[in-house]
Amino acid sequence: MTTVEREVVVLGAGPAGLTAAIYCARADLRPLVFEGEPSSTSDQPGGQLMLTTDVENYPGFPEGVMGPNLMMDFRAQAVRFGAEMQTEKVTKVDLSSNPFKIWIGENGLTSDPDCLARALIVSTGAKSLMLGLPEEDQLIGRGLSTCATCDGFFFRGQEIAVVGGGDSAMEEATFLTKFASKVTIIHRRDQLRASKIMQERAFANERIEFLWNHVVTAIHGTESLEGVRVSHTKTGEEQDIPLGGLFIAIGHSPNTDIFAGQLKMKENGYLITEPDSSRTSVEGVFACGDVQDDVYRQAVTAAGSGCMAAIDAERWLESRSDLPEASASATLSSQ
Amino acid sequence: MAGNITSLSTATFAEEVNSSAKPVLVDFWAEWCGPCKMIAPILDEIANEHGEKVTIAKLNVDDDPSIALEHKVMSIPTLLLFQDGQVAKRIVGAKSKAALLADLAEFL
Repeated sequence: MTTVEREVVVLGAGPAGLTAAIYCARADLRPLVFEGEPSSTSDQPGGQLMLTTDVENYPGFPEGVMGPNLMMDFRAQAVRFGAEMQTEKVTKVDLSSNPFKIWIGENGLTSDPDCLARALIVSTGAKSLMLGLPEEDQLIGRGLSTCATCDGFFFRGQEIAVVGGGDSAMEEATFLTKFASKVTIIHRRDQLRASKIMQERAFANERIEFLWNHVVTAIHGTESLEGVRVSHTKTGEEQDIPLGGLFIAIGHSPNTDIFAGQLKMKENGYLITEPDSSRTSVEGVFACGDVQDDVYRQAVTAAGSGCMAAIDAERWLESRSDLPEASASATLSSQ
Repeated sequence: MAGNITSLSTATFAEEVNSSAKPVLVDFWAEWCGPCKMIAPILDEIANEHGEKVTIAKLNVDDDPSIALEHKVMSIPTLLLFQDGQVAKRIVGAKSKAALLADLAEFL
């Protein structure tokens, strides 16, 4: 495989990465975007909005907009200005020297890098956390789900549960009452972390019940999910609840595994950027979107920080104009 | 673009799937499913490249929920590969082209 060299490479294609790509493309930097691989988790091209339906808080859409459609439009806008999209997942990076080295697929184990980048924009986002129970692999897609909008349809008239206490748990539970006869929100605390408007919607919904101070300790079912065992967080008392479906919305973890030991991170794995900038601990590497944001985590803040990363990268490349320019079309021979 | 992909309905499902000499891969999808949109172009490519070995078909679960129910589809996208009318392979969730081809290798 030949190695391509680019001025700017973007890793990830959610609101942050695609906004960075739009700005870099309009600055004639011809960004190459590794957008990831299709999957049914939030770790995929288009990011977490691919798993939503109506997005009501993205400015400019008074009637709301479908999440997947919004992301398809972001992508089309980046492509229109010359961003090149590659539907591959980056599996290894070497940031120890510039140009940075990037590998995709299994290539990192054996071969030369697939791509060299002068400036790197990291926008790999965050993925849904799972419970970590052994039954999960067997039952995912068989009554166990991380995507209410994808799968809610199949639970018409059934009793189901949502695990979690944040905005996404409330949103999923509220959405699921369109189909399910009853939705139980299982939460490990006695109060919610969700925003006030989302809490109020859930509390006002007659089909939603709350099971406070409980955690799921086992999932029942072989061919399809039949129920869960829950345990009281204070008394340890256990009970079995029959369910037709279980939706997991317990939060996210940043997709930063490939940067371990190379970029400075917080204890929770989110990348650290310098205040009022997108600069990471490595010169020439910029981070934007949820991968560096464990506070706001909104599509519009991700897009805003993607713009910051593009401008930071462009200025940094200009300041280093002493370097030979990477020729976008040239392929380098193996080193 | 999707010229090689057949759209199935409850009315045509049995005839198209059960009486097919080739294996039939049925993509259960819906308009509101983001991951379904991500794999649609991949299925187009697989239909173009491997159409002589396997028939690719799609079934909209909104329009025809009974077939999905019958085959216990509880998540989309789900791909079911039918051979002689029987489900020979079940693939749940969107995947990369390479991963899909690996899952389907024995039929291609």
